[in-house]
Order: sequence, then C-alpha cells, then structure tokens
Amino acid sequence: MLRYFSLRLLRAFITIGLVVTFAFVVLRLSGDPALIILGPESAPEAIAAFRKAWGLDEPLWRQYLSYFGAIAQGELGRSMRDGRAAIDLVAERIPATLALTIPALIIKLGIGIPAGIIAALNRGSLTDRLVMLLSVAGFTVPSFVLGLVLVLIFAVQLGWLPSGGQDSWRHAILPIATLGIGGAAVLARFTRSAMLEVLGQPYVRTASAKGVPWRQVVIGHALPNATIPTVTIIGFMVGSLIAGAVVVESVFSWPGVGRLLVVAVSNRDLAVVQCILLLVAATMVVSNLIVDLLYGFLDPRLRHAGGRSGS
Amino acid sequence: MTDRALDTAATSSGLRQRLAGVPVPVWIALTWLIAMVAVALLADLVSPYSYTAPNLRNRLVAPGHPLHWLGTDELGRDVLSRLIASIRISLLIAFGASLMSAVVGTTLGFLAAYFRGFVEQLVLMLADFQASMPFLIMALAVLAFFGSSLPLLIGLMGLFGWERYARIARGLAIAASAQGYASAVTQLGASPTRVYLKHILPNIASTLIVSMTLVFPEVILLESGLSFLGLGVQPPMTSLGNMVGYGREYITRAPWIMLAPAMTIVVTTLAVSILGDWLRDRLDPTLR
Amino acid sequence: MISLVTARDLARTYQLRRGVFGRPVAVRAVDGVSLHVGAGETLGIVGESGSGKSTLGRMVLGLEKPDGGAVTFDGAPMPEPLTAAWRRSRARMQMIYQDPLGALDRRLTVRDQVAEPLAIHGLGASSERMEKALAMLGRVGLSRHVASRYPHELSGGQRQRVVLARALMTDPAFLVCDEPVSALDVSIQAQVVNLLVDLQESLGIAMLFISHDLRVVRQVSRRVAVMYLGRIVEEGDADDLFADPRHPYTRALVSAAPAPGGKRERIILTGEPPNPAARPPGCAFHPRCPLAEARCRETAPALTTLGGRRVACHVVAGPAAATREAA
Repeated sequence: MLRYFSLRLLRAFITIGLVVTFAFVVLRLSGDPALIILGPESAPEAIAAFRKAWGLDEPLWRQYLSYFGAIAQGELGRSMRDGRAAIDLVAERIPATLALTIPALIIKLGIGIPAGIIAALNRGSLTDRLVMLLSVAGFTVPSFVLGLVLVLIFAVQLGWLPSGGQDSWRHAILPIATLGIGGAAVLARFTRSAMLEVLGQPYVRTASAKGVPWRQVVIGHALPNATIPTVTIIGFMVGSLIAGAVVVESVFSWPGVGRLLVVAVSNRDLAVVQCILLLVAATMVVSNLIVDLLYGFLDPRLRHAGGRSGS
Repeated sequence: MTDRALDTAATSSGLRQRLAGVPVPVWIALTWLIAMVAVALLADLVSPYSYTAPNLRNRLVAPGHPLHWLGTDELGRDVLSRLIASIRISLLIAFGASLMSAVVGTTLGFLAAYFRGFVEQLVLMLADFQASMPFLIMALAVLAFFGSSLPLLIGLMGLFGWERYARIARGLAIAASAQGYASAVTQLGASPTRVYLKHILPNIASTLIVSMTLVFPEVILLESGLSFLGLGVQPPMTSLGNMVGYGREYITRAPWIMLAPAMTIVVTTLAVSILGDWLRDRLDPTLR
Repeated sequence: MISLVTARDLARTYQLRRGVFGRPVAVRAVDGVSLHVGAGETLGIVGESGSGKSTLGRMVLGLEKPDGGAVTFDGAPMPEPLTAAWRRSRARMQMIYQDPLGALDRRLTVRDQVAEPLAIHGLGASSERMEKALAMLGRVGLSRHVASRYPHELSGGQRQRVVLARALMTDPAFLVCDEPVSALDVSIQAQVVNLLVDLQESLGIAMLFISHDLRVVRQVSRRVAVMYLGRIVEEGDADDLFADPRHPYTRALVSAAPAPGGKRERIILTGEPPNPAARPPGCAFHPRCPLAEARCRETAPALTTLGGRRVACHVVAGPAAATREAA
C-alpha cells in the first residue's frame, strides 16, 4: 500500500515538473520573453533590466533551474496590465469561480449519477432511452451554445433572469445551470455504462440466481463495484473545473479565474497565464491523488495486495 | 467457372444485406455529413454572396427574407454565406487536425511498440501527461505565448487526442507482433518499415478509424470554443465558433446570427457521434 | 559432402521468472549441440517437448542469437538477427512453422503474400512477380484459384503449402521445418511430407526437419539426431538408427513407434517427463534410464563415435563399450 502511494506521489511530482517544463519551453520558443512581456515599444533600458531580473542572459539550463526555483518560491511574475503580482490577481478570482463550479459539481453528481444508475437498471425502457437521449444532447451541445440558448430563453424572451455580470445571486443561476447540465449529461452516460458493465458480470447473475433480492444485489454488489470507475471520472471533472469554467464565465461575463485566463491570453499577459496553468495542473494532480487514495480504500484488491504496484 | 459465378452472387447479396442493416438515424447522420462536406468543398459556388460583403442598408434583417434566407448580421453581411464559409473553415480545421493527430499518435505508438524499452516509457509518459491535463488550458497557454495564426491553430488542434491513437497503436502493434504474421514477414527479410506499414497498419486501421470518429467531434467543439472566445480563427476568416461569438452581442435584437451557426455545430457533432457509435458497434465491439 | 550449415557447441539459456516476485530461474534449453547439414541433404531432429529442438532450429536459422557457440552458413558466420545483413541472408534460408495460419496475414490474398519475398528482396520486375507466384503455387500442388483467396478460407494443408510456396520464392538453399505437419490431419500429413521430399529432390534444398513424430522424420531425413533436454544423445543414418537404436532413450522412442515387419517389445519409460528448468545432474536421462549406473549420476556422457553413429551414453558407448566393440 505504501509503495502504491509513493509511486502515485512520484507520478504527481513528475506531472507538475512536466507542466513547468512545458511552460518554460513554450515561453522560450515563443521569442524573447522580455519583448513579449513588456511589449515591443518599451524602453531599451526597461528591457535590459527585465532580462537581468529574469536571468535571460544566462545559459539555458541555468534559466531552467532558476525558473523552477522561482516557481517553487511562488514568484510567478507580475501582470502586464497593472503590474500587480499575478498570483494575487488569480487568487482573488478563485472564490468567484468556486461559487459557480461547486454548485455545478453538486448538480452534476446529484443528477448525473442517479440518472445513469436508473437508466442502467431499466435498460431498454423508455426511461433509459430518455436519459440516453438527454445525455447525448448534453455532451454534443458545447457549453457556450447551451449557455447562450439558456440566455435566449430565460433572459431575453422570458426576462426572468439576468444575462451577465455578478451582481446578485440570481446572476449565478444560468451559469451554474449551464455547467451543471453539460456535466450531468456526461456523468449520466458514463455511470450508465459502468453500471451496465458491472450488472453484466457473472457474480451479479449468481447472486441474483441464489435468491438474493434484487435491491440488495444492486446496493450491495453492483453499486460499490461501479463506484470505482465513476470515481475516476469524478476526479477528472474536479480537476478540470477551471477548464470547464473558462467558456461559461466568458459567456456570462462572470469575473472568475476562467474569464481572467481568456483576457490574459488575448492580452498575452504571460505571467497570469503561467500562473493559471500551474494552478490547473496543481488542481488536476491533487484531485488525481485523492482519487488514487480513494481507490486504495475502495478497491480491496489494492488494499490487500501489499506490494503490488498499480499500473 | 461455376464457382466464380457463385462467388460474385454471394458477395453482392452480402452487400445488400449489410446496407439494409443500417439504422435510420445513421442514414440521416451520413446524409447530413455528406451535405456538410459538399458545402465545404463547393463553398464558392453555393454561397449567394461573398461572406465579407457588407450591405449597410440591409442590416440585421430577419431570416425568411427572399434575398437573405438566414437574415443578415450587423454589417449587412448575409448570414447564409457566412455560414457556408464558416462550415468550410471549421471542417477544414477539424479534418486536418484529426488526420494530423492520428498520424502523430500512430507513429509514436508504433515507435513505442517497435523499440520498447526507454522509447516506450517516454511515449507512455508523454501520453499520460497529455491525457491528464485539460487540453483547453494547454491550448490557451500556447496561444497566449505564440498568438493565433491559422497554421498554429491547425498544428495545435493536430495535437489533440494523439495519445489515444498512440495507446491503441502501441497495444495492437505489440499484439500483432506476438501473433506471428508480423514475425513471419520479418523472418522473410522484410524491413521493420515494411512490416509496420504494409502489414500491421492495415490490420489495425479499422480501430484507428473508429477512434478518429470519436476525436473528430471533440475537435470541432474545441475549435468552436476557442473561436467563440476570440482566440481561435481570426477575422476576416470566419468559423462557426466565431459567428456565435459575434452573434452574442446581438442576441436580444437578432438572435438568428448566433443560432444558425450554433445549430450547425450541434447537428454536425451529433451526426459524427452517431456515425462513430454505429461504426464502433460494427467494427469493434470490444471498444466501448 | 561439404557442409552447408555448421553449428558448433550451441547453447541457449532462458531466464524465467516465476510470478512477479519469484526469483529468476535459468532454463537451459540447448546445452552444447553441434551438428552439420550438407547441401541438399536432410537432417532430422527428434525429441519430445522440452528437448530444446525448436530453440535449436531457431538458432541454426539465425533467428535467435546463441548464448554460446556459433553457426556458419556456407562458410560465413551467421549475421546477427535483425541487421541488414541478416535480412539479406533470409533469401537463402527460410522457416516453415507449425501453425501456418498464424504465419499468414489475414488481410492479404495468397497471391500477394506468396509474391512478397520477391518484393522484399527486389527480385524480378514487378510485372513478373505475380506470374512467378502463381507458378510456385502450381509447384506446391495448389490450383490458381487459391491465389485470390484469403488464408482463413483455406484448409490447413492448403495453408501449409502456401507457406511453403512463399518460403521457396527466393530459391533458398536451406529450410528449417519445425513440426510442419503436426497440426494437420493424418491423411494430409502424408501429402505434405511427400511434397517436401519431392521439392528437396528437385530443388536440392538442405533441410533441418524437426518433429516429435518418428515416422514422419524417418521418411524425410537421411540422417537423424535424437535430442533430450538440450543435448544430442544419438545421431546417425536414419535407417540404421531406427533399425538398431543404441541409446536407451532412442530405443524407447523407436519401440513406441509402429514399425513395418516384426513386432517390437515396448520399452516404457518411468520417471518424470523432461523439465529443462529442473535438469538432473550428470546424464540428464539417468532418472528414467533402465541401464543407469552410478557414474551416470555424476558425469554427463560425451558424444562418442561408434561406427557410423554417435552416442552419448556411459553404458552403451563408454570406454568399456568401445573396447568391447573393438574386440
């Protein structure tokens, strides 16, 4: 068990390391960082000072190491627009994003999982087909289309809800709905196939043939075994919370981290972009680690395997 | 002689049987897709107006107008023409990107299968990394650093999903080598290139094609998303996501500007998904 | 007769792990085998499973690198596997497998696959290749109709003929056949074996014929070597060996095979079947040998020449026996 976790931890570090390397490589490849970050019209002295500060005169491997060191210390650069520390800018937007993504996550889990389970238990029935239809609709419709359609219906035609901004709690309804519905659709489809796979297993049929009441078979056998793959995808969803929020926040002009990223990209505000990239990587890695931790507890094969190393 | 006659009879009725077994939704999906490709190829011929031609006297005309079937936008440009041009660009990017990622992914998968050892570990590690990070974020980071030009955009999209092909190609190539026909041809004296390209690749092509149909809709959605945000296809070129982005400001006054491309995105993605699901069930029931 | 293929002291050891955490066990598949095959002649290799005959065949053909010893082909050392020189040498030597279906590509027609060696080695103009392939199919006894079929549409015997045709396209001088008829029906076996004999006579190909089936080996080979647990225990002229086997193991094998003419008394072997992972000390056969003595447990016997035969046995061919012979 210990070996399993330490392997996973090592992998997490490697992933973060790769992300930082990725950022570094892209940064260097895209041209002179000084010119990009300060802008081509800046005074030559400012450029020289910047290059000195970022160590751009030094050999590449040294730059790489000092880059790593800077990031480890939380020195993530300053925003181009207003000179404030990138990390502060990002940090102050996080609550706004969480205000959307956490309720959305609850909706995804609360609607998606039960829908998937019910569909799987009533395979081929009308309910099943309905759930499948809705879920297909849910993930072929991109989030911006869904959001705009909702705005069209509820804000423009019906006038019930506002279409943008963050002024009241009512402003949050449509964005949360947009995020939630799309995710619920994906989760429903996934949970359904996970359940179907488990229900098709010989041990389920054996239990039912032995006379165990169906309810107990489902609750005692099928559900727990279907949890494992479902946990993986939930972990993925949690890790990509920010990614999902990017488009939705832009549709609804919601001032969260996602919107900040889009603005930063159009302004080529590299410090902010870099900061958000690392934040996303960290979220992903942490959520994967938690999933792996849960696996360790949920999957008895891993619990008792002792020294077995996960793949 | 009679054997051959029987043979041809058998194959033609077999073909008819196979065509009859195709469900209706798949036919509809296929028809839609063929129409989309036709529109993309014949854009210049089919389009009633140039997609950049402004007509300031006819601004924000509602659909149903005899001269402008889908209405016009805020600059008086014909929405239908713009839609046609957008379909062309979006499909071009989607096809180009899907093909590119298939080639890159399959090649890396084959390299991993052939060389094993360090190369294999490296490819697997990169694949894991790619699979674990949300592509949208990484794409945005690259766009921030490099700016949005069309070749870069296609190149970037071309890296979407390579890891899926790589994993499949590697797994199947290893299985094929173990199976014997690959080692038999090697023992005939064939070079590894010949073994992989002439023998292994054709045998795994159907699985790869199915993966392509799964990746393709995601590429469309990704590109539309980026274009919607203003970070994908740049004006004067127009893509489906672009149009939705511009149409957003006029959602109160002229919702058709946004709805036409939005519906096209949804229906096209749906059509490819339906086709892909059906292909998958037919060709390879083991892939879920 | 000049040897086409000479193998000297070939050895091959595999490292097998028992489970993920088991300690690796060294399995000596081939342990010091020397043999030679002359141009146009057939050497038969007989043995049970576990005797190392397949591994020997692969090493002689250059498909595996031996851990010890060396192979020469036509005077030159065998190139290392998978190098360019090795690929070129494949045109002169080929292998026939036990499972013909596994050796053929499902998606290509028979004609394409039979013609492929010509394309690989760049022999003949592309227009001629198809014709040559069809001609070869005729030579192995297949009609032209077969050419446009796919491997899974053919019977086992037909597939093996296709593999044979493909192997002969580059006019090789040496063929290794590893249990080529074991997977076929008995009636088909005879046909394929006769085909092999005919082809050898007309084309003058040297062959290494590996099988556990004595009757088949006898038909095809001029000389025969009997293997047990990675070593050759007896070698000599095929007819002589079957008429008068010397080594106790050979005697047991021959007694089990139905022979024309008089009845033989069956010698039943006791003890465990050969396991290369647990090799007995001294002579590998001693636990099952009816003639085993004390020295058989201690030292492994070397191959000693006895008339036209080579035998590795202390009792039959030890120094005492040699003097007995001489006397």
